[in-house]
Amino acid sequence: MTETTHTAPAKVPRATAPPPATGRRSSPPRGGPLRRLTPWLFLAVPLVLLVTFTYVPVGNMIYYSLTDWDGVSPDRNFTGLDNYEQIFTRPELFRVFFVSLYYLAASAVQIAIALYFATVLSFDLRFRNLFKGILFFPYLINGVAIGFVFLYFFQDGGTLDSVLSWFGAGSDHAWLGDPTSANVSLAGVSVWRFTGLNFVLFLGAIQSVPAELYEAAQLDGATRWQQFRHIIAPSIRPVVSLSVILAISGSLAVFEIPYIMTAGATGTTTFVIQTVKLAFQFNKTGLASAAAVVLLLIILLITWIQRRLVPDEKVDLV
Amino acid sequence: MGKKKALTGALLAAAIMTVAGCSGRSTASGETAKAPADPADASGTIKVLTHRTDLVQNGTMAEYAAEFNKTYPDVKVTFEALTDYEGEVKIRMNTDDYGDVLMIPAAVAKNDYPKFFAPLGNAGELGGRYRFSDKAEVGGKVYGISTFGTANGFLYNKAVWKKAGITKWPATPEEFVGDLKAIRSRTDAVPYYTNFKDGWPLTAWSNNIGSVTCDAKANDKLAGPVSPWKRGGELHTIDSLLHDIVEEGLSEKDPNTTNWEASKDMIAKGEVATMQLGSWAITQMRDAARKNGADPEDIGFMPFPAQKDGTYCAVLASDYQQAVNIHSGHKTAARAWIDWFAEKSGFSVKEGAVPALKSASLPSTLKDFVDNDVTFVERSEAKTGQVNAIDNAAEIGLNKPDYRQKLVDTARGAQRGSLDDFFADLDKRWNEAAGTAGS
Repeated sequence: MTETTHTAPAKVPRATAPPPATGRRSSPPRGGPLRRLTPWLFLAVPLVLLVTFTYVPVGNMIYYSLTDWDGVSPDRNFTGLDNYEQIFTRPELFRVFFVSLYYLAASAVQIAIALYFATVLSFDLRFRNLFKGILFFPYLINGVAIGFVFLYFFQDGGTLDSVLSWFGAGSDHAWLGDPTSANVSLAGVSVWRFTGLNFVLFLGAIQSVPAELYEAAQLDGATRWQQFRHIIAPSIRPVVSLSVILAISGSLAVFEIPYIMTAGATGTTTFVIQTVKLAFQFNKTGLASAAAVVLLLIILLITWIQRRLVPDEKVDLV
Repeated sequence: MGKKKALTGALLAAAIMTVAGCSGRSTASGETAKAPADPADASGTIKVLTHRTDLVQNGTMAEYAAEFNKTYPDVKVTFEALTDYEGEVKIRMNTDDYGDVLMIPAAVAKNDYPKFFAPLGNAGELGGRYRFSDKAEVGGKVYGISTFGTANGFLYNKAVWKKAGITKWPATPEEFVGDLKAIRSRTDAVPYYTNFKDGWPLTAWSNNIGSVTCDAKANDKLAGPVSPWKRGGELHTIDSLLHDIVEEGLSEKDPNTTNWEASKDMIAKGEVATMQLGSWAITQMRDAARKNGADPEDIGFMPFPAQKDGTYCAVLASDYQQAVNIHSGHKTAARAWIDWFAEKSGFSVKEGAVPALKSASLPSTLKDFVDNDVTFVERSEAKTGQVNAIDNAAEIGLNKPDYRQKLVDTARGAQRGSLDDFFADLDKRWNEAAGTAGS
């Protein structure tokens, strides 16, 4: 769900403030022009990379979204806001967002599971490093590979069916056969894949809580649940809120797993799959670019609302 | 302060580069890529872009190149095989660097051919020599020569059909469905395999347009607000057949997990009785039969179950066509390769497909068709450009899997709606799109 591996530039608020200002303030410009230039020279490489691979493509995309370009032809006509008008006047283009609800529900499950395991494994437990490894492992696997693995998993008479039949629960159900079942199955794969990432984020946050607090709590006779409720939960709030943003934006922009596994058939088309199809099947690059811009804006908007509702307060336990 | 300045600078640079990226394409001349009068005239290194990754990897293409060098010793041919051919070449065509010879991607609008490819000659002259040349004809000039063509129909396992007591080809869609039912009740085989997951085998159903009413111009007739899915229309008959097969439960259980590679073995072993495909697939299925110890002769090919005046018809349609990059520096050598490949390479014979050269005979894979007097009609491509434009504008995709996947889902009850509503919606979208994109 939370696809942090290849998030578009604006999905995660960029906090990479170029630090020339601080550099200047801390050392007065005594050494002449070269001295003033030095931080910029250091910055040149990352800035060039940032501009080339982030801002230029985004700029191009916005430009394409105002044309009727088909993706190949050397000619394109400027059509103004026509593409945007189409997106907002064709309800079927927006209906695919319903599919995101499956993934949103799955993210809730995913965050709960990750939180549970992070809490349990933050206590002293036998084999805890092994369990950490097992939980994080799926996140390291390439999404395409996961798609193929689970295609066999859900196949008629595949892994899932055989495992279920060992327990006498064998069914004749076609897992990817109807829209509800297919979307739930795909969302399940997504949970399997991304739980590890949430888990590691939570675990890191939990472990940064000073150990004395637990000790003190134990001396006062606090149970595990009370420790979680009053020490862990408040201290990891910022990370949870970050996870929620990532989950929402991830749910809106699901792509890899459904694209590999069903290619959007049987009601599993997400907004991004639809965008890709518009651009590469129907040669409507202009319309697809506009759809991408709209998705970007929606995610920015949700992030903004979320930040307003849950402001980042300083957590102070001590 | 500094933060703001840096951002402004970055955005400015972005804007400048955006503008720069949009201009600056060199224009190319439209001179004809002429065939060399003497083999010694053709020289240089040419790069051929191809979708046949399998043939490049197993060295078959290199063998063709070596054979080509016997006639044209001064030309060095290199190949670049692309797995996602359509997707990658389409993007590369925004630059000047897309090989010397390439397969014309389906994404390129026909009217744009003169901007990308060098003309190969006049329509009159090439049309008499090659099949399918009108597919790449713009303004009286031909821009591509077909690698091979295929007839469409149903691949079937003769042994299974025989076991079910069927000895002759069905003549109507109803008979076809009846035969599949017989297969279901009398054998263990899955009567029909959709290859739903891979998608493209579903798109091949569109190649039957024309076979139903024996009309070479059937595809051209779609150019306009003609309600292609109206009762009695070719697409209505074709898609209804697919719908009925699935609705009657004659196809595999879970279409979303089908597997093309596995399906070859399944039909070879008789686990699957029938699949809708082009004649090019016959060779591959026979290979699979050999590999599985089955009789290759069991793989049969039957035409679309429809007859006109008592005979079956099969439409011949072109596969990818080879063209010369208009920016190529070795147009003569590139042209020599295209001509040689179409005429002397023996490629189509090896693939069991219909040769591009009109004077060459039909392949042995179509022997059943020839023996049973199936009429071959060469699909007219006069209005393909327009039909494709409407198709894309309507976002239906006659040659894309999506709408047929939805049809299959509707038929098996995974999506709500009736077949009539589904067709009515397609007609509506087609007709609306024809108003804006057509003619």
